Amino acid sequence: MKLIIAIIKPERLEAVKKELYKADVNLITVSEVLGHGRQMGVTEVYRGVKEMGNLLRKIRLEIAVNETFVEPTINAILKGAQTGQIGDGKIFVLDLAECIRIRTEERGGTAIG
Amino acid sequence: MKRWIVICVFLFSMVLAGMACAEEAKIPPNLTAEAQGAPAQQGVQVPEAPLKIDPGDTAWLLISTALVMLMTPGLAFFYGGMVGRKNVLGILMQCFILLCVISVQWVLYGYSLSFAPGKGFWGSLEWVGLKGVGFAPYKDYAATIPHQLFMMFQAMFAIITPALMIGAFAERMKFSAFMVFMVLWATFVYDPVAHWVWGVGGWLKELGALDFAGGTVVHINAGIAALMAAIFIGKRKGAENKSILPHNLPFTILGTALLWFGWFGFNAGSSLGANELAVNAFVVTNTAAAAAGLAWAILDWIFHEKPTVLGTATGAVGGLVAITPAAGFVSAMSAIMIGIFVSIFSYIAVTVVKPKFGYDDALDVFGVHCIGGIWGALATGLFASKAINPAGADGLFFGNPKLLLIQAIAVGVTIVYSFVVSLIIYKIVDLIMKARVSEKDENLGLDLTQHHENAYTMIE
Repeated sequence: MKLIIAIIKPERLEAVKKELYKADVNLITVSEVLGHGRQMGVTEVYRGVKEMGNLLRKIRLEIAVNETFVEPTINAILKGAQTGQIGDGKIFVLDLAECIRIRTEERGGTAIG
Repeated sequence: MKRWIVICVFLFSMVLAGMACAEEAKIPPNLTAEAQGAPAQQGVQVPEAPLKIDPGDTAWLLISTALVMLMTPGLAFFYGGMVGRKNVLGILMQCFILLCVISVQWVLYGYSLSFAPGKGFWGSLEWVGLKGVGFAPYKDYAATIPHQLFMMFQAMFAIITPALMIGAFAERMKFSAFMVFMVLWATFVYDPVAHWVWGVGGWLKELGALDFAGGTVVHINAGIAALMAAIFIGKRKGAENKSILPHNLPFTILGTALLWFGWFGFNAGSSLGANELAVNAFVVTNTAAAAAGLAWAILDWIFHEKPTVLGTATGAVGGLVAITPAAGFVSAMSAIMIGIFVSIFSYIAVTVVKPKFGYDDALDVFGVHCIGGIWGALATGLFASKAINPAGADGLFFGNPKLLLIQAIAVGVTIVYSFVVSLIIYKIVDLIMKARVSEKDENLGLDLTQHHENAYTMIE
């Protein structure tokens, strides 16, 4: 089992979701986060006070998958989120120790899907 | 480079204002004499006895003017709630800057182009810089209130009209291009059309077209220009396959309430006096808005399972739009019909016509204001009654089919003129400075890229 975490541009979310559904990955958690990597933020000015290099809005996806779904999920995210511009984001793949479905108390692989 | 152009334009307008001031300095003796109630010696427009200012009328118009002013920020919240979080400041700013820009444009030359007597395309340049626009009443517009008060009341209409358009190209127009477009639009579209319908010597006025508070000049005019802008600026990024959801509907309801409140000044103030006509306008304004809001809620209930808050608010605004040209000529019972039907027509325009043609009129300016305005103007031709306003005319339902024809001519002329000239202005602006923001800026949002500000913080 793996946990896939992806940080993407907000405007790519729709495209990524579409690709994920195509790959039969339907269970995702989405949250809004701030961050910047190599892409600089945007200047903000409030009554002449400058705020440099601020953080930009990003979307964070969390997807727990069984081994067979790892590559399809990664590919779907790449396909949906890639623009070739700086700031497209990152995908992290982590080992997942356990997964429990609260409703049924199922554990492991069956609980994921 | 760009900065210098802005500074130059600003300085130039200051010089213009200064020149107008110097001109004005030559007249005051006459003006002050009139203001103190002394008979005007060689008053240009008042050959007979000087007109008397009525304190009641003046007080009501002062309040009405302030009420109409409040509609523009109200509109900002109405629209602001409907856009995404990253563009809300852009909307508020566009409305707010129009309050600043058109206020100045109006006293510099806008009022003169619109209302100075003249038979041509515009009024004339006679009243540039408010030269000759004093405190004495001007008989042909409002015989019982100071001329400057009439001028100020009209200024608020000139401000909100371009502001209505903002909803069409929301979330994607470059701020600098917006400013240039709006100044040109006010000068070449609003000012002439206002002159034709309301000005002394205006040809639609002489034709006998009835437009009590600006259905043609304000709503059809802005609504059709909005459609043009929505078509030619193109769809919003992300609107191709998915609707962009409103980020704060409570804002929209707040804005609707402010619009409704301000509309009492807009319509009941257009009687230009504290009199029976003002009361009639007040009653029918409230009635039409209520009937239309209710009608939209029911339509939603029937066709989309639940009555929606945004739908009810939209309906109410549509009702206010439709009653605007008719407010001084129809009864409360007619207002109910006008309200119900505007919701039906706008509902069709917004939920059927727009998706079918696929233009991205982001906040439905065309569907609500243009359709509502057309219906209101034609409804005036149907429901107008001399029993309500002897100075008006009877409509079709009161035995006079000719009025409906005249109303249709006024509507048609406004639609064609406004669409064509707005398109020319838009194309020129687009050619010189590109009207639309870059794709990157559109993704980041207008708040950050056009104004270097954020409406909401996520982490403090």
